[in-house]
Amino acid sequence: MQTTNEIQDEWFNKRKIKNNHVEELKRPSLSYWKGAWIRLLQNKLAMFGLIFLILLAIMAIFGPFMSQYSVSSQNLQDQNLSPSHNHWFGTDDLGRDVFTRTWYGARISLIVGLLAALVDLLIGVIYGGISGYKGGKVDSVLMRIIEILYGLPYLLVVILMMVVMGPGLFTVIVALTITGWTGMARIVRGQVLQLKNYEFVIASRSFGSPTSRIIKKDLIPNTIGQIIVQMTLTVPSAIFAEAFLSFLGLGIQAPYASWGTMANDSLSAILTGYWWQLFFPAFFISMTMFAFNVLGDGLQHALDPKLRR
Amino acid sequence: MMVNFILRRLLAMILTIWVIATLTFILMHVIPGSPFNSHNGKQLNETVQKNMEMHYNLDKPLPIQYLIYMKSVATFDYGPSIKHPNDTVNSLISDGFPVSFELGMITLIVAILSGIILGIIAALKANHFIDYVAMTIAVLGISIPNFVLASLLIQEFAVNLGWLPPSMWTSWKSEVLPTIALATGPMAIIARLIRTSMIEVLTQDYIRTARSKGLSPILIVFKHALKNALLPVITLLGTLAAGILTGTFVIEKIFAIPGMGKYFVDSINTRDYPVIMGTTVFYSSILIVLLFIVDIAYGWLDPRIKLHKKEVI
Amino acid sequence: MEPLLEVKQLHIHFPTHGGTVKAVRGVDFTLGKGETLAIVGESGCGKSVSSLAIMGLIDHPGKITNGSIIFKGKDLTRLTSKEMRKIQGLDISMVFQDPMTALNPTLTIGSQLMEGLIHQKKLSKRKAKKEAIKVLDLVGISNPLERLKQYPHQLSGGMRQRVVIAMALICEPNLLIADEPTTALDVTIQAQILELFESIQKRTGISIVIITHDLGVVAKMADRIAVMYAGRVVEVGNKRQIFYHSEHPYTRALLQSVVRLDQSNNSLKPIEGSPPDLFSPPKGCAFVDRCPYAMEVCGRIQPQKTRLREGHQVECWLQDTRAVTIRKEMLASQS
Repeated sequence: MQTTNEIQDEWFNKRKIKNNHVEELKRPSLSYWKGAWIRLLQNKLAMFGLIFLILLAIMAIFGPFMSQYSVSSQNLQDQNLSPSHNHWFGTDDLGRDVFTRTWYGARISLIVGLLAALVDLLIGVIYGGISGYKGGKVDSVLMRIIEILYGLPYLLVVILMMVVMGPGLFTVIVALTITGWTGMARIVRGQVLQLKNYEFVIASRSFGSPTSRIIKKDLIPNTIGQIIVQMTLTVPSAIFAEAFLSFLGLGIQAPYASWGTMANDSLSAILTGYWWQLFFPAFFISMTMFAFNVLGDGLQHALDPKLRR
Repeated sequence: MMVNFILRRLLAMILTIWVIATLTFILMHVIPGSPFNSHNGKQLNETVQKNMEMHYNLDKPLPIQYLIYMKSVATFDYGPSIKHPNDTVNSLISDGFPVSFELGMITLIVAILSGIILGIIAALKANHFIDYVAMTIAVLGISIPNFVLASLLIQEFAVNLGWLPPSMWTSWKSEVLPTIALATGPMAIIARLIRTSMIEVLTQDYIRTARSKGLSPILIVFKHALKNALLPVITLLGTLAAGILTGTFVIEKIFAIPGMGKYFVDSINTRDYPVIMGTTVFYSSILIVLLFIVDIAYGWLDPRIKLHKKEVI
Repeated sequence: MEPLLEVKQLHIHFPTHGGTVKAVRGVDFTLGKGETLAIVGESGCGKSVSSLAIMGLIDHPGKITNGSIIFKGKDLTRLTSKEMRKIQGLDISMVFQDPMTALNPTLTIGSQLMEGLIHQKKLSKRKAKKEAIKVLDLVGISNPLERLKQYPHQLSGGMRQRVVIAMALICEPNLLIADEPTTALDVTIQAQILELFESIQKRTGISIVIITHDLGVVAKMADRIAVMYAGRVVEVGNKRQIFYHSEHPYTRALLQSVVRLDQSNNSLKPIEGSPPDLFSPPKGCAFVDRCPYAMEVCGRIQPQKTRLREGHQVECWLQDTRAVTIRKEMLASQS
């Protein structure tokens, strides 16, 4: 029972001021982007990926200048040298500096990955935007086309495209984007449809918050979030495809270096024991893809409101 | 009903194959140059080249070539290879395909089984240490390109340890490394997918119903959740199979496996038209048939789909 | 009479990133054999969470932090999950709100009906099938033999809810918990399902806890009623006491917010304001900000339970002798 002496009699009057004010939120309400950024910072794996990629980008730009050797300069006296003071990552069977070639390969991989993602974004936004905005017959025709493209084994198509256009950096990017944009187009279309729906719903009902607010606060961040995630996941698959093609001899051609061609050239090195020739390109391509994948996963978790706990 | 459905699907499949065949034809003929520009490194003299082109109908106008090509697609007879005149395209396929098929199938089965197990374990231990380990393995599996993994496996298990042969396709021992190299990527994709869908399914109302009956966790996972959690994997099987198929190109190259991938890559490098066209159409047909099987499997897993299709027809 | 179920001072917390949700904050109620208890309240008041706790289905990270659930003399909060599984389905079973999602779409009705018998009661498949047919008959499903082979999507919503009920009854439990069992159904089917519950109770003598926000369901089904607000039971009593002699301003507001078809002036009065934030529940009465009779004391100190007549209890400061004038004001204002 209550101890009666602490309850004062005058408390038993009706309250004058009705406490009808809306309770202020006690938890700090962060903006969408700030919240996402904080969630990303807390994700150790994703931060590792981000830092690795920043370092890689720096090395891709400046790495080749840090050594006295050029990408293609062969030195037949210096064949198959193991890593040393002169050649930090050793040399290959033609006496080329693996250090220089590795960072040159990083350039190729990053350029291919980023350009493929950007072109995907461009085509995807236009195509998906038209499809979602126009709706009806246009939409169903455009989506049917995507379905057919999606059903094609994309590396097979890419290989055929490479044959048509001849190998090279430019053709790799064209070939990759020819089949790669469909995912982005689907996402954009879905978001545009949702946007249309929102406008419709809110216009027909007298909702509390104005349309522009919901679109600005909810839909746009959500759309941009999904697009960013899709882009981060496109990059590693493009990097893989380039390396794959180069490995098959269909991609970047000598004397230029790509991680794929370097791995291909050093296949025989497995048997001869010149491990560094394989190790460096193999390590960096795997780490780069790993970094992009974990960063993409982290972004997905950070940006998707549904996954928030 | 069912017959009608299958007939429709067959028609759609034939249509898709026709589209692919036509695309391949167009692509091949936009390529500048002909297969006879260089023959075994030597420049052929003009009359020989003309004769050769005549022999392979390459002198005829494109529409005629297209018709001849369509006939060969329909009868599945592409004639002899240009670069290996003693072999027909069909004999190359029947030589190489069984090996590639075996490699692909073993890989697919290994990838699916191990992916499902890894995914379930991760889902049941979601956000625990085991989950983090399983998912880190999965991301690594996705991140290491199959040709890199293949090289590393050879280096370690064939060269350094000497446990397994580094190449060829002769005994079960020689099949281990190529299968691991090829299966790791798809396995990782499946594991991640299963984990996500399993976690999602486990929050469903019908799982709560099952739990309210006092069923054991094992029964709930395998009887109530797994079938539903498998659905997204089934949808992805076509893409995975396509990935494995293209993966065989490099794996066969690295391990010197006498499969079809080698012929395909060679044929592209040498512009061996009949082989390119024959193998492309053949690969596509296999994938399309596989997608058809996947559709049927989907209907078996999800009874709602079957009904839906019957209603549509 | 020894009660079948006794819930005492139940506290359930859900830790989240933003803080801990105190969803249930000291709930008490009892249920006798063959009795029907209705738990009423707005969504989020903790009624479903309490029922899931009885069923042993509070998921991680949710936790029963305090209190006990005594069922047939055993404290369910102290059982291991393995021991709890021997009670789930066999002694206590549950009917869920939405029959569209409560059944597994990939398994046949028969397989879902019989699994309790096969895995819990260790019956043979043949015997289980016999029982399944019997129970489908009990819940009024025609052609039971054929239904066993069908999938959920082949049945209508009302049929599915009958199947869900059959599933809950098949092991002949002593206690049935029904969480909003009619909310997702059409009005005509709602009535049929409620009648089904009544006839089953008559035949089997099962005890029922029905959770609802629909006072029409309460009026039809309940022997006793517990009104919940913000994680606490604010008033409990029999049907008459609650409907005609309610003493808590929240109960009265709830009753006034219902359209009565039998009254000519349909003055529907929604309750103003919204329930308090359960991340940091108020230290006084939780209803204070919405209460038209709120006093200074209500915001400061949590009111104690007052026993009125037999079985009628209320948690409100208006019961204090010092608040007699305001209480009269409340009672005078049409109910």
